[in-house]
Amino acid sequence: MPKVIENVGCPYCGCSCDDVRITVSDDGKDILEVENVCAIGTEIFKHGCSKDRIRLPRMRQPDGSMKDISYEEAIDWTARHLLKAKKPLMYGFGSTNCEGQAAAARVMEIAGGMLDNCATICHGPSFLAIFDNGYPSCTLGEVKNRADVIVYWGSNPAHAHPRHMSRYSIFPRGFFTGKGQKKRTVIVIDPRFTDTANVADYHLQVKQGHDYELFNAFRMVIHGHGKDLPDEVAGIKKETILEVAEIMKNARFGTTFFGMGLTHTDGRNHNIDIAISLTRDLNKISKWTIMAMRGHYNIAGPGVVWSWTFGFPYCLDLTKQNHAHMNPGETSSVDMAMRDEVDMFINIGTDAAAHFPIPAVKQLKKHPWVTIDPSINMASEISDLHIPVCICGVDVGGIVYRMDNVPIQFRKVIEPPEGVMDDETLLNKIADRMEELKAKGEA
Amino acid sequence: MPCLSGKGYICLILSAKIQNSSGVLKNIGFSGDPMKAKKTLNMITQRAVEEGIAMEIGKTSRQYFDACSIIEMNEQDMKELGIMKNTNVRVKSESGEVVVKAVVGRQTCYPGLCHIRQGVWANQVVPPRTQSTGAPQYSGFPVTVEPVPNERLKTALELVQGAVGMWKGDQ
Repeated sequence: MPKVIENVGCPYCGCSCDDVRITVSDDGKDILEVENVCAIGTEIFKHGCSKDRIRLPRMRQPDGSMKDISYEEAIDWTARHLLKAKKPLMYGFGSTNCEGQAAAARVMEIAGGMLDNCATICHGPSFLAIFDNGYPSCTLGEVKNRADVIVYWGSNPAHAHPRHMSRYSIFPRGFFTGKGQKKRTVIVIDPRFTDTANVADYHLQVKQGHDYELFNAFRMVIHGHGKDLPDEVAGIKKETILEVAEIMKNARFGTTFFGMGLTHTDGRNHNIDIAISLTRDLNKISKWTIMAMRGHYNIAGPGVVWSWTFGFPYCLDLTKQNHAHMNPGETSSVDMAMRDEVDMFINIGTDAAAHFPIPAVKQLKKHPWVTIDPSINMASEISDLHIPVCICGVDVGGIVYRMDNVPIQFRKVIEPPEGVMDDETLLNKIADRMEELKAKGEA
Repeated sequence: MPCLSGKGYICLILSAKIQNSSGVLKNIGFSGDPMKAKKTLNMITQRAVEEGIAMEIGKTSRQYFDACSIIEMNEQDMKELGIMKNTNVRVKSESGEVVVKAVVGRQTCYPGLCHIRQGVWANQVVPPRTQSTGAPQYSGFPVTVEPVPNERLKTALELVQGAVGMWKGDQ
């Protein structure tokens, strides 16, 4: 009899939906059906039970081809190269459970290297603003049950977080929001007329890169200087700003969700900084919260795990081995790559070759490159060593942190391909091997 | 890398556009500095659900190629630059260039703004400057776009392996 597993977590975006239903085959090896999951999540579960999964580590040969090797050889090669390197960098963790992230911290502490996660190219600037200005946030449950005004600023959940609007923000009927969408006002601020803007009550088509000015305009209105606004700010008419500010002021409970539209453009952390200031201003007259639209299902995880381990969420310099240090710009992956400062690169649970600007990829490729990932991707196809691992949420469980920093226990739904290790086991074996080599004096 | 302060940078782009609104309709060549080009667009790169689905199918798949090797532009800009819909164009920035297919797209851009979906093609032109935050300039950088209807689109693997000297032709 096929078995139905309820309340499974989806390993795609920061929504970390945990209401997925999976039907698995008798032998526990195949996924027959997935329910309550978006189109992207469906593909992950489909890929998880694919017969084409890589089962053995692959080493690049002098002729450019890849040759299967054993896990033991791969672990030894990685351990030796990590010990040999002066400043190795391990980057990724968008698709890894917290157990793997903790094991990675152990590896890089022994190796004396740099440890960074995908936040460095996503919500890193948000972290900087949060350090400076605080984070008046809430959980997604509170949004569902209380929020009557929703702002999406520089984020497009219809595409990047497909179930965000239906599960948490616009459409669900919560405890104090029994009428769902009918009683909610949705404001989308985006330079493009996105599919999210299409379902909004107000779309403010801000001039790209001018968000800071628009935030400032809203703050002016909240502080009682609305009449002094110029006729237009950042492409938005004064009347529209006054109208939307009035809605914000009269909200019973408002939430601003912000995304890459703010962190990737000019101003970076300053855009988030002023967004937080606006939230604080609004809290004098109403109740407002703010939340980063984290991209991956557990990208909040490394921030939490490494903060309690080392005191910093990303851009960690562990080269001193007895204390950690963080200084984005100096210790951030792309900046280090551009200065050619790292002499070994481990890409884990991400694809730096596809998602870093290509000049940074060229610099990193000058040195040994290891990819730890279940799939064939751009990073695996240029790496010297590709080590396949289990897919968290599919064939290995673990703790993940949702975008609102709520931890969720993800489940294993099928058996992994025979012999394939999970991130935690693999990384701990690499750490053990490094300790062994150090004890023997071979490093 | 040149580090230009945020807002002034955008003003430069806008002023370049105003100066050029008086006549020359077609972009005629590019000398390496986007600021000197005849018409400069402001490029952003963001996620799309098609890209997300294709990425999970696989980055070497046809779906990923179709989802990410396109640039979404405003129709007015396409007319001014002499670009036909669904034809190939060369996008150049301060840090690289890439050939993609020009489309209008459902999620429209206002004139002067263009968008390549997050992924391999976009990252051929994304400047790696980070304003000391670690996050590259994925959104809001100047590019020129010129029609090259006879140029071939490269696959993701060809672009990435080609950039690091590992591409050996179709294997």
